[in-house]
Amino acid sequence: MRQQIQLHVNGVTEDLLIEPWWTLAQVLREKLGLTGTKISCEMGDCGACTVLIDGKAVRSCLFLAMKARGKKIVTIEGLMGRRGVLDPLQKSFIENFAVQCGYCTPGMIMTAKALLTENPNPTEEEVKEALQGNLCRCTGYTKIIEAVLAAAHKKPTEGGGSE
Amino acid sequence: MSETISEKGKGMQFEYLEPMTIEEAVSLLSRYGGDATPIAGGTDLMLKMRTEVISPKVLVDIGSIRELDYIEYNNSGGLAIGALTTIRSLENSSDLQRTFPVISMAARQLGSVAIRNVATIGGNICNAAPSAETAPGLIALAATCKITGPGNERTVSLEDFLVGPGMTILREGELLKEIQVPPLDPHARGVYLKHSPRGTIDLALVGVAVVATLDSDDGIFQDIKIALGAVAPTPIRAHRAEETLKGNRITEALINETAEIAASEAHPISDVRASAEYRAEMVKVFTRRALKELIIK
Repeated sequence: MRQQIQLHVNGVTEDLLIEPWWTLAQVLREKLGLTGTKISCEMGDCGACTVLIDGKAVRSCLFLAMKARGKKIVTIEGLMGRRGVLDPLQKSFIENFAVQCGYCTPGMIMTAKALLTENPNPTEEEVKEALQGNLCRCTGYTKIIEAVLAAAHKKPTEGGGSE
Repeated sequence: MSETISEKGKGMQFEYLEPMTIEEAVSLLSRYGGDATPIAGGTDLMLKMRTEVISPKVLVDIGSIRELDYIEYNNSGGLAIGALTTIRSLENSSDLQRTFPVISMAARQLGSVAIRNVATIGGNICNAAPSAETAPGLIALAATCKITGPGNERTVSLEDFLVGPGMTILREGELLKEIQVPPLDPHARGVYLKHSPRGTIDLALVGVAVVATLDSDDGIFQDIKIALGAVAPTPIRAHRAEETLKGNRITEALINETAEIAASEAHPISDVRASAEYRAEMVKVFTRRALKELIIK
């Protein structure tokens, strides 16, 4: 039986009518039109579905939407600041050619965002360890790691995410 | 809602209930019996439901029972971990890293960060995979499980709690409430090594935990416990390997002999990840590595 719930997504409180077995990934994509979050392996292995819940990286494909009530959810769409200013991570991925097909990119960036929030100055090893759970079939990871490190060394700009 | 791949599984239709206390949870699980399954983080359960390994009619979400999320020490230095403590909390706890490093070491090697943020120690244990990451270290620490249910609370050893692949000693209506670890000798050291081909996100092909008290003057292990994961229907102790080492002067030859005996105590299976022979060989390799690492520490 469908239940009325509220989810706080990218700073907006959304009223939704959902079945209790829908995952957060499904609800984000198909009820809220936030298709930046991807559904790929549906097993929690590839990382393409990664979003932030209360600042922590979470596999939205394995997370029941019901469990996300009362929590602060941020998707890739929510990283931009006002007036469309990109988050330093987003800019860095572009500048460092860390995007090819782009399918892994939102998950990579959200995972990196969680890392940099917890550890603003990671070593290369720490970046690699944090991104262990995000698979990329195109880039070979080198430019992604460079992009995360480059973003870490930049000063924060105006668009630091819609918090 | 369009038909997505995710909706194919009939296992993914249930009534959702969310108790706020342990008592509520036990009451719901007792009432619905075999029709109900508790869910904590859900990182294992979601897959099982999606692939219809289990198809509960009622899902009891215990994830909101905050009173089960804790890492506490008692007066004698023993440890009590609430079943809903996340693997990430165990990984990051600086107290745990200092006092029971084998636990945080194992936590760190489970899945990926995103999984660890949501997965719980209770879930890892109750899922009872032979390769359960947290199990070998806890078994080597002589951990016990406090179970709550409609009847009296009871405590069993973790070894007894894990009965078979995916099977625990829990009866209908019961919940794992807490994992307890007795205090360690101040000179005790522990290590957990996981062997898996694709880094931590893969299951362990072989897991080896060693907790030992080493008299560095004599070069003798006074007490040693070796636990192996993923090479038997449940994680197991390598008793004969322990006896080989205990009380004897450590030499390269003795370490090798111990590692060989540990390998002989394992009964791994061949599956898509590896052959039984390879797993047995890896028990030898990783037991040797673990012992050497303990000596160096």
